[in-house]
Amino acid sequence: MEIIYALAIGVLTGSGVWLLLRPRTFQVIMGFSLLSYAVNLFIFGMGRLTVGRAPIIDTLKQVDPSLYNDPVPQALVLTAIVIGFATTALFLVVLLASRGLTGTDHVDGEESEP
Amino acid sequence: MITWLQHLPVFPIVIPLVAGSAMLLFADAQRTARTVIALVATLANLAVAVVLACVANAAVPEIWPDGIAVYLLGGWQAPFGIVLVVDRLSAVMLVLNAVLAITSLVYSLARWRQMGPHFYSLFLFIVMGINGAFLTGDLFNLFVFVEVLLAASYGLALHGLGAPRVQAGLHYIAVNLAGSFIFLIGVSLIYGVTGTLNMADLAARVPALAEGDRILFETGAAILGVAFLIKAGAWPLNFWLPSAYSAAAPPVAAIFSIMTKVGVYALLRLGSLLSESSASGAPAPFSDGWLFGIGLVTLALGAAGMLAAQQPQRLAAYCVIASSGTLLAALGLGGAGMKSAALFYLISSVLATGAFFMLSELIERTQRFGENVLALTFETFGLEDPLDPTRPDDVVGVVIPAGMAFLGLGFIGCALLVTGLPPLPGFIAKFLILSAALDTAPLEVVPLSVWVLWAAVLGSSLIGIIALSKMGVRLFWSSEEIVTPQLHLIEVAPVAVLLLLTVALAVGAGPATEYLNLAASSLSTPQAYIDAVLGNGLPAGSSNGIEGIGR
Repeated sequence: MEIIYALAIGVLTGSGVWLLLRPRTFQVIMGFSLLSYAVNLFIFGMGRLTVGRAPIIDTLKQVDPSLYNDPVPQALVLTAIVIGFATTALFLVVLLASRGLTGTDHVDGEESEP
Repeated sequence: MITWLQHLPVFPIVIPLVAGSAMLLFADAQRTARTVIALVATLANLAVAVVLACVANAAVPEIWPDGIAVYLLGGWQAPFGIVLVVDRLSAVMLVLNAVLAITSLVYSLARWRQMGPHFYSLFLFIVMGINGAFLTGDLFNLFVFVEVLLAASYGLALHGLGAPRVQAGLHYIAVNLAGSFIFLIGVSLIYGVTGTLNMADLAARVPALAEGDRILFETGAAILGVAFLIKAGAWPLNFWLPSAYSAAAPPVAAIFSIMTKVGVYALLRLGSLLSESSASGAPAPFSDGWLFGIGLVTLALGAAGMLAAQQPQRLAAYCVIASSGTLLAALGLGGAGMKSAALFYLISSVLATGAFFMLSELIERTQRFGENVLALTFETFGLEDPLDPTRPDDVVGVVIPAGMAFLGLGFIGCALLVTGLPPLPGFIAKFLILSAALDTAPLEVVPLSVWVLWAAVLGSSLIGIIALSKMGVRLFWSSEEIVTPQLHLIEVAPVAVLLLLTVALAVGAGPATEYLNLAASSLSTPQAYIDAVLGNGLPAGSSNGIEGIGR
């Protein structure tokens, strides 16, 4: 499971970084989206991958830490999703404003081709 | 009184948050109500910051005996809950931020607040984010506050709109979004290895890490350091900075000038806490060698940019980079007195660049060529041209005669501060840095790095003098027609206050360096901070006091 998970993060990060370095604003924002998925998965993975373990202590079961998952990364990932979503949405607004003001979707506001 | 004081550390976050949110309930038309709320909130923030600076100097020994004020949010004990910590370093940064906030807010009252919606709210949120970043004792919380300040800064950077601002803002947001993701990767890697996010707890746990985990931790710390260096405007991650800062509205750029110092603060704080974590000192980005090299290149870039800059505001933006470079190089060299010298330099350079950003707009009004950006803004919002002498004066304020004299004096003041010439504190700061660098070794065996720092600091000052003289000659002595600008008292006063504060800093350099020496020495011995946060070895009376907060 760890291998597949790590590969998924790697593929997302790789495509995200590649898109980020492209000259079109739409490609950049897609790159940010992919990168944020990768980072969120990474944070989630830092709590160790487990199957069938709840992060909330069940009073009917034993209070044994090995029966439960670490709740902190899940809380962190929620915060990171919200913040990443909000800032990416803000970037989208700036992207549209830039498109409207400069008439091109190049990140520099002008075409580099002659 | 005592119970009220206990909650003081959270006020710098709560005041701007409540004021900024409350303002959203008022319609845009209720300008007076919003202005009053914003002014009251920033003034209250300044008062709280000053009181906290006294508290951090052990003024209230019955609650916080050693001057480190720990506030447990929700009353949860330290490694489990989030803590806010005020020590001397945080308190100094809070006061600096509060001073800059009130001056740039007053400046914006004259005109800039009308140039777009929700200026006050965004402004208060950025103040809240910066305050929070200086206060928090938790890594993830630091990320959240940095995001709060960045989100507000994205809005403020675009304040006034216009194509140049949107272009610069696009690059600024893209770089800082990527920086935030790097920040998150670093934080989560550190959590995955050590199982804690509390900085003090982290410092206590790192020495016990196993060998394999140690490598992962160092990797996480390195990634985190990269994120801090992006915020600090260090080369090669600072190419967004000049255009973003020079395109931003001047009062916004003034408050931005402390934003890069958030990165420097985070490097200092974490570097201090992790410095005793292993025999080899702090992990790579927080330790000496790397910072020194990065700082030197940043300084060189800043100096070169100052020479090349054509507009005063762009020049000020490169001054921010040069000041970041000097700070990083000085901190990288290390040594006993260096931290307090660097902090003194930080204060004087933040005040100087803040004043310079506001002054540069006033100066640009004397020129015909700088009107393009401004004219576009005015067009966008359907405002009248401010340079039109027939324009009825809609802003309450006294039109100051002899405006040119003030502009000239102010420009000279900023130039003296930036280049480090006497009598202003820029000179004292650079002198302290150079003297602290010599103190690192006996005079016979002074290492090469000290001489490199000397050459870099003095050389960049010389370049600064050349660049600023060139700019001054072109602006004030030009043969072209100079428009004598209309200056309003509320535009002049903030610049004057900032410059007078630097004069006060030069006069009171003795007490100021004493305070900063204490701040630096507590950075060098982080054990007191760790004990205060984790509640080890506190006398019974004070721990009762802390529990009282939760009730």
